[in-house]
Amino acid sequence: MNQNEFVLLITPFKDKVFRLAKRLLVSTEEAEDATQEVLVKLWSKNGNLTGYNSIEAFAMTMTKNYCLDQLKSKRTGNLKIVHTNYEDKEPGLEKKMEDLDSLNWVEKIMDQLPVQQRLIIQMRDIEQYEFEEIAEILDMKESAIRVALSRARKTVRDYMTETHKYGIS
Amino acid sequence: MESVKIENLLEKYFQGETSIAEENELRNYFSSLNVAQHLEQYKPLFGYFSLAKEPQFKHEIPLQSKKRTVAWLSIAASVVVLLGIGTYAYYNLDVANKSQDLGTYDDPEKAFRATQKALSLLSDNVNVGIESVLYIQEYQIAKEKVFIETKKNSGGS
Repeated sequence: MNQNEFVLLITPFKDKVFRLAKRLLVSTEEAEDATQEVLVKLWSKNGNLTGYNSIEAFAMTMTKNYCLDQLKSKRTGNLKIVHTNYEDKEPGLEKKMEDLDSLNWVEKIMDQLPVQQRLIIQMRDIEQYEFEEIAEILDMKESAIRVALSRARKTVRDYMTETHKYGIS
Repeated sequence: MESVKIENLLEKYFQGETSIAEENELRNYFSSLNVAQHLEQYKPLFGYFSLAKEPQFKHEIPLQSKKRTVAWLSIAASVVVLLGIGTYAYYNLDVANKSQDLGTYDDPEKAFRATQKALSLLSDNVNVGIESVLYIQEYQIAKEKVFIETKKNSGGS
């Protein structure tokens, strides 16, 4: 497999890998690093790639594992980038922010979800994978995924309605 | 009428039981302008999902990993070194073969002539030496003449 074939192979899902990494790692730079890392790993596997029935699912699994490793090492290193990332954007952009505010709220709420639920909601509600595919990527049962997804959606809804009510009162 | 259907879909949605098609229906409804007042609160949620699908990975992918180039470099270097040693050895062996050529002849006549030539050269050189020794002999003869005479003279007196 040469470089062009490989690039063609990964084009359909490299953005998904990036967004999944961003969902888990929050910082754009880190997500870019993670995506690069995953793609280079894929490339170094090269010849063995045909052995997997879905390279996309395989790549997503790799991304998930890589990001979880990153999060683990970050936690032990006591580095918290999570919140500084948002506060930087806020000053100066107030007018624009008002329109985007509620959307940002959703993002903030989603970043408070447990990692597992974040993964699932990203793959289902944003990337629109079928449950079957998510089950393959996460190596979980479909029923467990449905339960986690329902829990995640309800959590987001509860936070949303709370802020919605606060907005009124 | 439509809001009732959407409410049902939402109920299913939060149970995690909607299909992709149904979720798309919800998305379309909430991205449209006529969202029912009491469902307004879900608008940002679905709006966010569409928004979150936009970020793209635009970086170049460094496909040629460093390890690989190092491996190729070392292979190339070793080939060059081997070639160098090979050619060096090849030419040196050739020179050695040439120096082992003792000038033997296959044709007996030629060999005879060459031997003759060599021998005559040798004898010429030997003769050069003898000629210079011949002078010494002259001295000897002269000396003997002188000494004999003096002997005779002393004996006579």
